[in-house]
Amino acid sequence: MNNEALQNLISSWHPDLTFTEEGSQFLNISVQPEQLHNLMKQLKTNSDTHFDYLFCLTGVDWESALGVVYHLESTTHRHAVVVKVQTEDRENPTFDTVSDIWATAEFHEREVFDFFGIKFNNHPNLKRLFLTEDWDGYPLRKDYVDEINMVVK
Amino acid sequence: MQMETITVNKSFKSEEYFINMGPQHPATHGVLRLLLTIDGEIIKKVEPDLGYIHRSIEKMCERDSYQQIVHLTDRMDYLSSHINNEAVCLAVENALQLEIPDRVKVIRTIIGELTRIASHTLWWGVMGMDVGALTTYFYGFRDRELINDIFEETCGARLTMNYNIPGGLMFDIHPNFVKRTKEFIAHFKTKLPEYDSLLTGNIIFQKRMKGVGILSKEDAISYGASGPVGRGSGYSCDVRKHHPYSALDKVTFNETLRQEGDSFARYQVRIQEMWESMSIIEQLIDNIPEGEHQVATNAVIKLPKGEFYQKVETARGELGVYIISTGTKSPYRLKFRSPGFSNLSLLNHIAVGGKIGDLVATMATLDLVIPDIDR
Amino acid sequence: MIRFFSITKNIHEWLFNLMPESVASVVEMILIAVVYLLIFAVAGLYLVLLERRVAAWFQLRIGPNRVGYQGLLQTMADALKLVSKELTGTEKADKFLYNLAPYFVIISSLMALSVFPFTQDFQAFDINIGLLFLIAISSIGVIGILLGGWSSNNKFALIGAMRSGVQTISYELSVGLSLLTMVLLTGSLQLSEIVEVQKGGWLIVQGHIPAVIAFMIYMIAGTAETNRAPFDLVEAESELGAGFHTEYSGMKFAYFFLAEFINMFIIAAIATTVFFGAWLSPFGITESIPILGVVWFLGKTLILVFLMMWFRWTFPRLRIDQLLTLEWKYLLPINLINIVVMAFVVWLKITI
Repeated sequence: MNNEALQNLISSWHPDLTFTEEGSQFLNISVQPEQLHNLMKQLKTNSDTHFDYLFCLTGVDWESALGVVYHLESTTHRHAVVVKVQTEDRENPTFDTVSDIWATAEFHEREVFDFFGIKFNNHPNLKRLFLTEDWDGYPLRKDYVDEINMVVK
Repeated sequence: MQMETITVNKSFKSEEYFINMGPQHPATHGVLRLLLTIDGEIIKKVEPDLGYIHRSIEKMCERDSYQQIVHLTDRMDYLSSHINNEAVCLAVENALQLEIPDRVKVIRTIIGELTRIASHTLWWGVMGMDVGALTTYFYGFRDRELINDIFEETCGARLTMNYNIPGGLMFDIHPNFVKRTKEFIAHFKTKLPEYDSLLTGNIIFQKRMKGVGILSKEDAISYGASGPVGRGSGYSCDVRKHHPYSALDKVTFNETLRQEGDSFARYQVRIQEMWESMSIIEQLIDNIPEGEHQVATNAVIKLPKGEFYQKVETARGELGVYIISTGTKSPYRLKFRSPGFSNLSLLNHIAVGGKIGDLVATMATLDLVIPDIDR
Repeated sequence: MIRFFSITKNIHEWLFNLMPESVASVVEMILIAVVYLLIFAVAGLYLVLLERRVAAWFQLRIGPNRVGYQGLLQTMADALKLVSKELTGTEKADKFLYNLAPYFVIISSLMALSVFPFTQDFQAFDINIGLLFLIAISSIGVIGILLGGWSSNNKFALIGAMRSGVQTISYELSVGLSLLTMVLLTGSLQLSEIVEVQKGGWLIVQGHIPAVIAFMIYMIAGTAETNRAPFDLVEAESELGAGFHTEYSGMKFAYFFLAEFINMFIIAAIATTVFFGAWLSPFGITESIPILGVVWFLGKTLILVFLMMWFRWTFPRLRIDQLLTLEWKYLLPINLINIVVMAFVVWLKITI
């Protein structure tokens, strides 16, 4: 299915999604945190989309907001899509987990939690993966400062 | 500290105990730490604890220029350093829409496949060691050494090669390259059957591997397994087939698939892949096109605003490079989707219920490289 | 004609003339002990060297060849290094048992060494239950391993020790039964008697098919008894680090290490004695020079030792359940049937 058809299909489920292909080789979908889990479930289970392979899960600090980017691919239809979700809450950013949909998300979400402090509701084992439990702050955030260990040019 | 011990103990059943495998353990091939819950010899739970070699390469990338980033990628999956370099270079080249000469593409592919063979021979040696056959290690290293010699002659380095730069290759190939690569292929064709006669056919080895660590195709996809781990479960996930890059669209090769999904299937996929890699090299080595070995780029590379994703097939599986650029000389965010990270996440799923020996053998067939997981 | 008996007899008489009888016998015992300790140390060290050179040969390497001619002094140097090393251990170890364990292992293998007929008359003591004594003594070693693993206060060591217990107790049966099969032929447990019976032909020839089966079972079970690959689950360096001796260092580790090699020698030596006629030469070609018996004995033993090294450097390791399956479901039943077959062979006098 090409990007246009995908866009038509997905927007028929959730009319308030925003789509863009600008500056990216994939179709980008921006979704509200509340709709995230619902949309993801549909993308996986619907036989026309069947995005069964979550090949990349990235945490991004947009400075104005914290977000997660999901790269999805279908192993049967071989089409791909990117789902983005954002929140402006820097103190307590929370999204729903997708680890019940794709098992690989469990580790990737733990990584995002570790480095961005983004929490995932209903995650089976949300704790730090790389850093120690008593680590202060979230290193991959743009406002993270560590004057001793970070070499900044 | 005291409190923590008590709470941990409560979660155990009476017969179970807890053991720390790693970070200094021979079977974890580096500094992976596994927290094992065991009942006698039977594994009840495997929980990886990572970060012992985390260097925060992604954070460093946000500071460095694109040329510098290429050098950091060597240090991730050091056994397929060339392919890691290629991933970043391809991402940057695609973003800049550079026209890469055919010569560069062919050389990249040949060296990439040589890297794959080198990685698999090392894996094979270590695999044997993990199941207790110590001799395999030296057989694997004997052949890997020859590839490393070719690399050394070509670009001066044996492991962390840094041969790729955005826009092409750092130098042209050495005049001996074609000759020595052909010599190696001829040599390795006689040596690869030795691998089978030493280990593959061994009855103890087969008993150790068959029916152990079974991963179904659905689980493989759900856990994001890639490379030989996915293909051992019958999941067609070869990036070289589905998203060909460099000169891989010019060659014909078979994607090795096996349906069993057990450790032995993963083992055989890797052995078969070495044959396929040799066939790819043979198709390309005689007709490396003439031409430039690089195209000029600006001294300071600035990517256009936007997002770029490039995936390549390393020896371990699918490596993704996700660059978010705001138009400056460094990426705004750069994410490496490393194959080992996803492959490790399924370890608990396939190791539970087996013995300690099974865990070690299964982990060997996942072919984990810890710096690749920790980045 | 030089015979060991005449040399030892001369020393014996000289000692008893020199001092009172009670002192002389004590001195004699000490002398014999020292001789056997020397044999033990030299054999252990050179078996280690042999293993390393054989391994190197299998693995396309050269092996140690720098210290002394062709590396002959390499293991001596290693032993010196181990003696000079600091002894480290875990804090909460059971100190007494922890220190005791290596001695169990080494003493059991040392005691076993004393009953072998290296050649005619070269045997420290020739008891009439020789074979039984050997089997009994060689199973004491496992107590040392269990103690060592348990008292080190290390879970890997404990797993290794428990595996060792399971493995040794299981395979003890096969070792015992396969030797018992041969005892049916000899009618005696005394080692010198067993050798005497073989003057007409080695037992493996006399007992033909059941003897060959017994020999194969014995070699498999014997390899398992010594905890060597493919049955090295006790150490299993890729699984347990170093297994039961993880927490041992310096000379205490060396005791375990040496004992392993001596045990391998003992297993091969028992096979030589029981199946291949000990110091007897094939077809009696050197019957007239009994001192050459040592050469024959060691030669046959080393061939079997080489066989065990060959196993080690080519086979992968079994898993613990496969190990037990092999013993209880295959070796033991075959062994029991084999004994019956052998009994018929002896009864119907169809030996060769």
